[in-house]
Amino acid sequence: MADVPLTPRAYLQAQSRWTPVEIAFWLATLLPFWLLPDYLSLASQVAITALFALSLDILLGYAGVVSLGHAAFFGIGAYTAGLFSKFVWGAPLPGLLVAAIVSAASGFVVSLIVARFRHFTLIMLTLGIGLLMQEIANRAHWLTGGSDGLQGISINKVLGAFNFDLYGYTAYGYSLAVLFILFLCARRIVHSPFGLALRGIRENWTRMPAIGAPSRAHVRMAFTIAAAMAGIAGALLTQTTQSAALESISFGRSADVLVMLVLGGAGRLYGGLIGAAIFMVARDQFSGIAPQYWYFWIGLLLIGVVMFLPNGILGGLSALAARWRKS
Amino acid sequence: MRKSLLLAGAVALAAVYATAASAADPIKIGVIAAYSGQFADTAAQIDNGIKLYMKQHGDTVAGRKIEIIRKDTGGPNPDAAKRLAQELVVRDKVDILAGFTLTPEALGAAGVATEAKKFMVDMNAATSIVTEKSPYIVRVSLTLPQVSSTIGHWAATKGGAKKAYTMVSDYGPGLDGEKWFQKAFKDAGGEIVGSVRMPVANADFSAFVQRAKDLNPEAIFVFVPGGAQPAALGKAFAERGMDAKKIKIFSTGEAVDEAALKAMGDIALGRLSGWHYDYTLKSKTNDAFVKAFNAMFKRNPDFFAVGGYDGMHVIYEALKKTKGKTDGDALVNVAKGMKWESPRGPIMIDPATRDIVQNIYMRKVEKVDGHLVNVVIDTVKDVKDPTHK
Repeated sequence: MADVPLTPRAYLQAQSRWTPVEIAFWLATLLPFWLLPDYLSLASQVAITALFALSLDILLGYAGVVSLGHAAFFGIGAYTAGLFSKFVWGAPLPGLLVAAIVSAASGFVVSLIVARFRHFTLIMLTLGIGLLMQEIANRAHWLTGGSDGLQGISINKVLGAFNFDLYGYTAYGYSLAVLFILFLCARRIVHSPFGLALRGIRENWTRMPAIGAPSRAHVRMAFTIAAAMAGIAGALLTQTTQSAALESISFGRSADVLVMLVLGGAGRLYGGLIGAAIFMVARDQFSGIAPQYWYFWIGLLLIGVVMFLPNGILGGLSALAARWRKS
Repeated sequence: MRKSLLLAGAVALAAVYATAASAADPIKIGVIAAYSGQFADTAAQIDNGIKLYMKQHGDTVAGRKIEIIRKDTGGPNPDAAKRLAQELVVRDKVDILAGFTLTPEALGAAGVATEAKKFMVDMNAATSIVTEKSPYIVRVSLTLPQVSSTIGHWAATKGGAKKAYTMVSDYGPGLDGEKWFQKAFKDAGGEIVGSVRMPVANADFSAFVQRAKDLNPEAIFVFVPGGAQPAALGKAFAERGMDAKKIKIFSTGEAVDEAALKAMGDIALGRLSGWHYDYTLKSKTNDAFVKAFNAMFKRNPDFFAVGGYDGMHVIYEALKKTKGKTDGDALVNVAKGMKWESPRGPIMIDPATRDIVQNIYMRKVEKVDGHLVNVVIDTVKDVKDPTHK
């Protein structure tokens, strides 16, 4: 296929065409409603985590910006949604919107610093920002409730009709819908000229300005978008569980999402989704067997994946598919 | 396949299915705790308490077998706790929720207990508001205001201190400790000459200790999280020449627990504290408890273990009274006002607030047979949480 010369426009169109596998994937996300109704609250948290991983994928998988403090924006979104419901209005959708705006704004401010650095400096910087945010949330206990978590969150019915029920039907439906819409946005973004420029930055940061694509401006943009999406994921978690706590900003959450992305395969949009699903389900199952030692199995899984599938599970699968097509 | 047919209909169907369990079915207890991560040892000790109680009292109550399902939150995660509580209720069909290492976990699960009408036993989480978050919660552990206000009052009266300084870690429990110590101390006629809030993850206390020393208070109240910090703080006091035998240094029990005393050594002599349990407490019930605990787990019990043990006691006794009925309202009603002799002494579930009422022991670190232990010097009887209206 790659032998045929394409116009840039046709190339982008070819890239963004929906494949049957993709359509099957999204149809499969509806299956839990009928097949696993006991697992819907887990499914909703998988969808939320998948959205969070997707936001990191835009940053890491496409722009090549490694962040160890991405949970900062997840937390900002989570607390914004909680505070908005407490003091202003409990309607979920406006809450999401406000959380997106606030986290995008914070993401933009942070990106002014972050876009100036690369590699190790960047890792240390994002790590520091993440820890800083957590400490700020801890110190501002008059606002955030400190280590007890935010109290007084009250979320209305979704669209005024769907109550958040014990089984998680609403939680999963709502999270899945938001994930799907934002996935469409992300898909549009990475298959646009801007998305191509991000990949260019990932491959060669200094060369991109030479062909007229300002690397720093693009990284700022990508960072802001990723922050907004992470904020929406945080807001979803707050709304579906009616709780927000310091743990949502913790280093652990930043690290976990990175693990998920590596597990699934970065730079493929679906990598984060698959990684989140595998991580969360494996955690649920392993910790059901031995609640103390589940991290051991996750570690084993991760070592196995990075040793045998260096591009993540999806990378391995697509290599397998390519070999199968050849033979 | 069968599942999909069953559940496609309605949520209500499953709810009926869950409550209409026959007498032969086991009673399932879902234990939610931080089994992994930083608080894993706390969860392990709670779990040991549960295991010991079940070993001593059998795993059958009112003709029904007791089954424990353990779930890990990994830390103070209200979202994970809420999801696990939901799953335990809808998937595992548990009858009772229990555990809760940390306050955010209990708060996360409280809504589920209310919605599903499940009896919920808080075995550790110690912030006052926990029991107010659901009418189905009873607490068997402690509340921090319960302990700190008792220490504050005692320090100003029997402790004979008129000027006190407080040093706490700057997070929820620390602030609670500061607030309730200061209030009780002032209400009893004392004066707070100063206070400081220290970063939670602090390793060096020397500057804070120096500041306290400069003000020359008669008593100091400290609250830092368990782990390495109590010993570091104790050493900072010693280095600055603040001898616990001359200046009264008060704290809650965690700061002078078995591990902290071992790490501090003789500089801990004279340290004062108020707490609801210690493995060295002298009573028949406690002696038997410590002996059995040591035989089973090769270590001493602590207040976490007692929380798990007493939590199981409430569950067993409540089930006996309801004759194995697991209805949340019935269980919480019989648990209200329940009194019994715990390893920590006589305790009661307050019928009005569903919170624990217990003795607070004022102790002093002394050397007994070559070991540093907390020796009880006074007992404040039947203390309630001061925050509930």
